[in-house]
Order: sequence, then structure tokens, then C-alpha cells
Amino acid sequence: MWDYVKLIVLGVIVVFAAIAANFARDLAYLVHAIIIFLTAAGLFLWQIRRVGEPAPVHNPNEYMDGVVRAGVIATAFWGVIGFAAGVFIAAQLTWPQLNFDWAQGYLNFGRLRPLHTSAVIFAFGGNALIATAFYVVQRTSAARLWGGNLAWFVFWGYQLFIVMAATGYVLGSTQGNEYAEPEWLTDLWLTIVWVAFLLVFMGTIINRREPHIYVANWFYMAFIVTVAMLHIVNNVSIPVSVFGSKSVPLWSGVQSAMIQWWYGHNAVGFFLTAGFLGMMYYFIPKQAERPVYSYKLSIVHFWALIFLYIWAGPHHLHYTALPDWAQTLGMTFSIMLWMPSWGGMINGLMTLSGAWDKLRTDPVIRMMVVAVGFYGMATFEGPMMSIKTVNALSHYTDWTVGHVHSGALGWNGMITFGALYYLVPKLWQREGLYSLRLVSWHFWLATLGIVLYAASMWVTGIMEGLMWREVDAQGFLVNSFADTVAAKFPMYVVRTLGGLMFLLGAIIMCYNLWKTVTSTAERKPATAAVAAE
Amino acid sequence: METYTWLRTFADSWHLLFMFLFFIGVVVFIFRPGSRKVHDETRNMIFRNDDKPAPPETPRSDDRRAEKEAR
Repeated sequence: MWDYVKLIVLGVIVVFAAIAANFARDLAYLVHAIIIFLTAAGLFLWQIRRVGEPAPVHNPNEYMDGVVRAGVIATAFWGVIGFAAGVFIAAQLTWPQLNFDWAQGYLNFGRLRPLHTSAVIFAFGGNALIATAFYVVQRTSAARLWGGNLAWFVFWGYQLFIVMAATGYVLGSTQGNEYAEPEWLTDLWLTIVWVAFLLVFMGTIINRREPHIYVANWFYMAFIVTVAMLHIVNNVSIPVSVFGSKSVPLWSGVQSAMIQWWYGHNAVGFFLTAGFLGMMYYFIPKQAERPVYSYKLSIVHFWALIFLYIWAGPHHLHYTALPDWAQTLGMTFSIMLWMPSWGGMINGLMTLSGAWDKLRTDPVIRMMVVAVGFYGMATFEGPMMSIKTVNALSHYTDWTVGHVHSGALGWNGMITFGALYYLVPKLWQREGLYSLRLVSWHFWLATLGIVLYAASMWVTGIMEGLMWREVDAQGFLVNSFADTVAAKFPMYVVRTLGGLMFLLGAIIMCYNLWKTVTSTAERKPATAAVAAE
Repeated sequence: METYTWLRTFADSWHLLFMFLFFIGVVVFIFRPGSRKVHDETRNMIFRNDDKPAPPETPRSDDRRAEKEAR
């Protein structure tokens, strides 16, 4: 019965996608309709060949790890794509000739920049979050994922969202809102996938066979629920035509700006912070083989973080048409955020107390510790930059870019790498990683890459901020904009080099993980070490 | 009163007070007597059930509480 429902739904989608492709008003919409058509038609054929076969068995006494394995592969794959796109656009800024004439309107900086940010945040980070959320919620609930194959729908649905978003950017379909670029069709699809993600996660928690909900799950839950709310409110828009990708937002003027940055900063706060803190609270204690330093502090960390983060958005709109009180409110809450952030950092670092020697022998734990260190650094830098007088210098400069990258590469990237190094031997039942030396190489390439990146952006950001505001004795501006661009060249070269090193590290990781799966000895089931835990 | 002014006044008076008290309540609850045992138990939970789910008859918190009361 269920098979036939699926076939009918897929068939209807195929027909409507074909009609939509026929009536498409713009290229991006046409390509999206074709992608949906091909996906639905492929699934239809796949499904029809399986009609009448017995349904796959979901054994409640086994974990559902297949979808986590797929998520790990997707994370590594999109990571390399996203980092490579970043290196390329960094090179485009350094050497503008790389905005090729023949690719104008498709592969120039303006089109590739959202491709890079979405690839690293949503494709790399998002897949890491979904995969680790599925892994952690099963282990800490001692129950199999709820919903049978719904988890697979979440995984593949999310990949489809990524492909639609990426093709949309290159073909010029964008809302122009930072981190919320995808147009209405892609947004609607993501909403469906995200609700399914919430159902799988909550269902597993409700089915749990443990008395308590471990703190990591609280962070994951806050991440899923809040991102759903942010996504829906910031993307309330009316399509111009059902056969076109363009839509008109319902909000306008300063309300639109405020809602965009309420969304934008909480994308940082709940996607890139709360979700990744869920990773921190599970994988650092597991890798260090010690429980988290203070469970009380972790709960205070959670509540303080979610109470404060939601107000911090207005610091993106200092000295704009936004009412002054709202700007001050955003600044005040951003500064207060420093405390819970450092509480969490201390909790993560102190988890290693009594096991600091592991830093010498285990490059994976070194990676995680550096991630927490960068979390602490970025959450100090952020509040400082949200102060109006500092922001007057730093806003619109490369300092902001540097800040974002020390958070994204240092905190999100490194904790994800640590989690991947932990997960791959576990998920593929291997005895250990293929090579710890290669992990060390990855660690140093990535760390030095971030240092080069952040340092060059500090220099060029403060330099251009000061150049922009420099006036002579008569009160005229001293520098033209082009002067600042020319002065930034050497720092841009260093930044590109830093990004290249980070990319190289990620490629080494992929090789190492590949060899871990293919050429290390298999772990014997239920070893003595596991029983001792 | 127009909606903006009303909402704005409510937001920075009663709702602010509510959120502040809620947060203080959470912190007080965290440090309640007897929480240490619960928290020690919870923070060590990650070190079990690594390879497969717990058997279905594992008691949950509600059941355990009932157990304690029965005793």
C-alpha cells in the first residue's frame, strides 16, 4: 500500500516538474525544475523495481548507522568543495583577472561568494551537524533513530537542497540576504526536510531508554528548533509566479534589515554555535575518555547562551536607520554573551584536566582543544567588535571577514575534523585511524593556515578602516577607495595562502579517512576495552 | 495605544521580568540539593550503550521514581 502511495506521489511530482520546466520563466527555475524532474523520475523507477519486496527491517536493538556513514562522507566531500571555492574566490580578490570574461555572470566573485559561504556553512557544517546529531542522539538515548527511513529522507533531501541552492547562486537566483540566499522554491523544500529532521530527532529522544536527556541533545534541539523558526520568518515572501524563481519579501525597509540580521546572527548563534557545542559536549569527553568537567556549568551555559544570543542581531546594523535603542540593545547583549561563551570554553578545556598528557600523544584531541580555543577567541573578538565605537572602525572591512573565518575555520572546522576522526573508525568498525602522522600534518596545516588567514585580515581590516576615515587638515578624505584596494594586495596573497593550507589539510584528512576504511584491520566486536567503559 | 508602542513597553517591562526570573529559576534549580548525584549519573551516561541500544526493558526516569516511592 505504502509503496503505491509513494509511486503516485512521485509520479505527480514528475508530471508537475515537467510542466514547470516547460513554462519556466528563467534559467535558474528551469534548471531546478529539471533537477526535480530527474530526481523524482529516478526515484520512481527505483521504487517501481522494488514493489512487492519485503519492507526493510528496522531492528530496534541496533543503531541506525548507515545514514551517519553517508553523512560523514557528505561532510568530507562538501568540505573540500567549499574550501576549494573559498580559495578560488580569495584568489579572485587578489588577482581580479581570475574573474574570466568568458564566465562573466556565472563564475565571477559575486556569484561564487554565496556558493562558498553556503557550501561551507550549510553543506559542510549542515551535513556534519545532521550526521553527528543522528549519531549522538542514538548513543545518548540508547535507542535506534525514530521513524525508520525518514532519516534517509532527511539526508538525501538535504543534499537536494544543497544542489538546488548551489545551482541557483551560479545562475543568479538569489534573495540577496546573507546566508539566506536561496529563493522560495528551495526554501520550501528545506522547510519540509527540516521538519522531518526535527521529527526524527524528537522521536528518538521520546523513545529514549535513558532516564535523562544528555546536555548535547539540548544544544542539538535548540539548534533544530531555532533554525526552523529563523528560516521561516526570514523567508516570508510571495513568488512573482509559480513558474519563476523570483519572489518579493513581505518585510521592507528597516524591518527587513532587522529580521535579516536577527536571522543572520542567530544562524551563527544556533547553527554554527549551539549545534557545534552539541558536538563539543559529546566528542571531547568521548575522545578524552573523561566525563565533561562540570555538568552544572554546561546547563547554565545552555540557558544563558540561548537567552542572550537571540538579541544580539542588531549589532550588524550599527549607525543605520535602525532605532538607536535597538542598536544599543544588540551591543549590550553581544557583550553579555562573552560570559556564557567562555563558560562553555572553560568547560570544554577543563574536561581534559588530569588528561592533559593526551595532547602530546593524540593529535585528534589536540584538534578539538584548538577548536575550543578558537571558540574562545572568536567569542571574545565578536563582543568587542559589537561595541559601537569599535564597530565604526571594523564594519565593512576585512576584519569582519577575518573574525568570521577564525570562528568558522578554527571552531567549526576543527571540531568537525575532530568528530570525523573519532567517527570513521567507530562507524566502519576499524581498530583505529590509518595514520596519526597524517592527522598531525592536517592539524598543523590547518592551524597555521587559520593563523595566516586571521592575522592578514586583522592587518588589512584595520588598515583599510583607518585609511577610509583619514582626513587632511582641510577635512577632505585622503584616500580613495581604490587606494585601499591597492594597499591590501600583499595581505590578500597571504590570505589565499592560508586558505590553501587549510584546503590541503582537508584533502590529507580525506585520504587518511579513506585509507582508514579500506586498509586498516577490523575492530573485533565487544572487546574488553568496550566492556570496561 | 498603537501596536508598536504597546509591544515595546510590554517587552522591556513584564516580559523582561519574566525572562529574568525564569533564568534565575533555572540556575536555582540546577543547584538544588541532590542535583549532584543526578548530574554525575548523567555526565557519565555517554560511556555506555556505545555499540547497541539498551535492552527494551531498561527503566526510564518515571519508572525509577515510581520504584523509589514504592520502597
